[in-house]
Amino acid sequence: MLNYVLRRVAVAIPTILLLVVISFVLMYAAPGGPFNSERPLPAQVMANIEARYGLDQPYWKQMANYVWNVVVHFDFGPSFQYRDRTVNDVIAQGFPVTLTYGFWSFIVALVVGVALGVAAAIRHNSWLDYLAVGISIGAQVLPNFVMAPILVLVFTLWLGWLPGGGWQGGQIEYLILPVIALSTSYMASIARITRSSMLEVLNAGFIRTARAKGLPTSRIIWKHAMKPTMLPVLSYLGPAFVGMITGSVIIDVFFSTGGIGQFFVNSAFNRDYSVIMGITILVGVLTVTFNLVVDLLYAWIDPKIRY
Amino acid sequence: MALLDIEDLRVTFTTGDGEVNAVNGVSFSVEEGETLAIVGESGSGKSQTAFAAMGLLARNGRATGQIRYDGRNLLELKQKELNRVRSEEIGMIFQDPMTSLNPYMRISEQMAEVLTLHKGMTKRDAIAEATKMLDAVKIPDAKNRITMFPHEFSGGMRQRIMIAMALLCQPRLLIADEPTTALDVTVQAQIMELMAEIRQEFGTAIILITHDLGIVADTCERTLVMYGGQIMETGPTDTLFERPTHPYTLGLLRAVPRIDRDDETLSTIAGEPPDMSRLPKGCPFTPRCAWAHGPCPTVRPELLPAEGYPELRRACHAPVEEVK
Repeated sequence: MLNYVLRRVAVAIPTILLLVVISFVLMYAAPGGPFNSERPLPAQVMANIEARYGLDQPYWKQMANYVWNVVVHFDFGPSFQYRDRTVNDVIAQGFPVTLTYGFWSFIVALVVGVALGVAAAIRHNSWLDYLAVGISIGAQVLPNFVMAPILVLVFTLWLGWLPGGGWQGGQIEYLILPVIALSTSYMASIARITRSSMLEVLNAGFIRTARAKGLPTSRIIWKHAMKPTMLPVLSYLGPAFVGMITGSVIIDVFFSTGGIGQFFVNSAFNRDYSVIMGITILVGVLTVTFNLVVDLLYAWIDPKIRY
Repeated sequence: MALLDIEDLRVTFTTGDGEVNAVNGVSFSVEEGETLAIVGESGSGKSQTAFAAMGLLARNGRATGQIRYDGRNLLELKQKELNRVRSEEIGMIFQDPMTSLNPYMRISEQMAEVLTLHKGMTKRDAIAEATKMLDAVKIPDAKNRITMFPHEFSGGMRQRIMIAMALLCQPRLLIADEPTTALDVTVQAQIMELMAEIRQEFGTAIILITHDLGIVADTCERTLVMYGGQIMETGPTDTLFERPTHPYTLGLLRAVPRIDRDDETLSTIAGEPPDMSRLPKGCPFTPRCAWAHGPCPTVRPELLPAEGYPELRRACHAPVEEVK
């Protein structure tokens, strides 16, 4: 098992390096630069600034320097846009926010999604099933950029129950709307996958055996059917979790939460190379990590998988 | 009084294409300690008869009639009461031991839960008892192997585990639904031997559902032949095999390959099994029967004692002496 983990980590390193190189090349290939503006700067000023940030060097050298600093000093460099801040500052400021609402969104999506899916499967073809399927289709066709304004409209403007934006250190009333907006479509997917997976498992021979043994339904569902039901759900949860904790520009923009999603998009518009690279690497590392976590959970659930 | 007494059992499935009648008015009984074989080809309703008794029909299935066990109609029991009958009174094993055990749970856990639930044992006692039962079905090194997962056992071993699990509460009846179909021939023989021993040791009555007539001849006292969800012929296995009086039984027996004869080709029953959603009003075997005549397609023959062979009962319009 340890061997397997080490091997996976060893594979992850070139994967992430490749990610760095590709992002770097793409950024370099995109027209414009961080200091282009409508009124061009004098050539000498421009040259000075570029020299200050090392942009006058050949790009392979820039890339090598960058990788060196990240790996050795864990320094993602200065931001090109926010003059007095480093990328580490930007991430340190934005990521806790994203992590907070992303984590809660994940919990909500998981708990509600699985509960809905299981309920629908157990009462297959009943009103409960139709209701659950209806809810999950409804949630699926309402992506967060539709959900967010609707939520603000209803809960802030009409009912006045919850603030329509801001963060305030993540107090619960500021958390609720972003979490609902972010989690609904994930919740819907989890519910659908859980439902169809559970329906399939309930048809399996070993469930019939469990019934023939006279086990109560609750035990059959939780003890016998739940583990295999979760297998396909799990492979969805890995990327979904990363997607949620790395946030969403929609959420950040609509609710002014100040998470890294907003920084990410802004930095792309502003050619803020180092911020883009920093966040890309962060997402890359998280993705690789949670895919590994999912694989290990797989092995825990399914005894036939041994690494 | 018979241990299990089934009367006019009907099983109907509601599907998108309409109603499918899998079992159509089947009546028979099983005595304490008896071995009864139910034979028939795929789709004859033999498995569904057993599933109905255990309340294991698919969601779209419905059973009517009476299945009396110990005087109680199993079809009318509440879920909770039925759960007490399952395992404690009637054990069941299935066709495919590869899929009938939960691949995600250790054998110890799967077996122990039966005892903790039905007998209120502690987990420790339950595992000790389960280990004893695994010894009884000849799982080598049961003490250590009980903590393994199903995939770490061969098919034959898994079926032994299934049998051990079904017998944990010492039920009075064991229903075996094609227990050897998925196993290779040498293992089949071992499993059948084990079943015979179990019957000796525990006095368990056994319903053996199979399409393998070879197995039936060796192990079962009584045989019941099903076709199209109805009983075609029933009686003591010896008599039935020696002098089948129903065209379908005759066809089945002729289709068994014999090593002691020099037949060039294996005879088969012409035609196909019936479409269960469009059964003829009369005898379901009519389209494939060489003796079919006047009343066959329209009048369902009753299950009556065969003329000259009083221990056999048959449902056929053709006179006994003509069917051979």
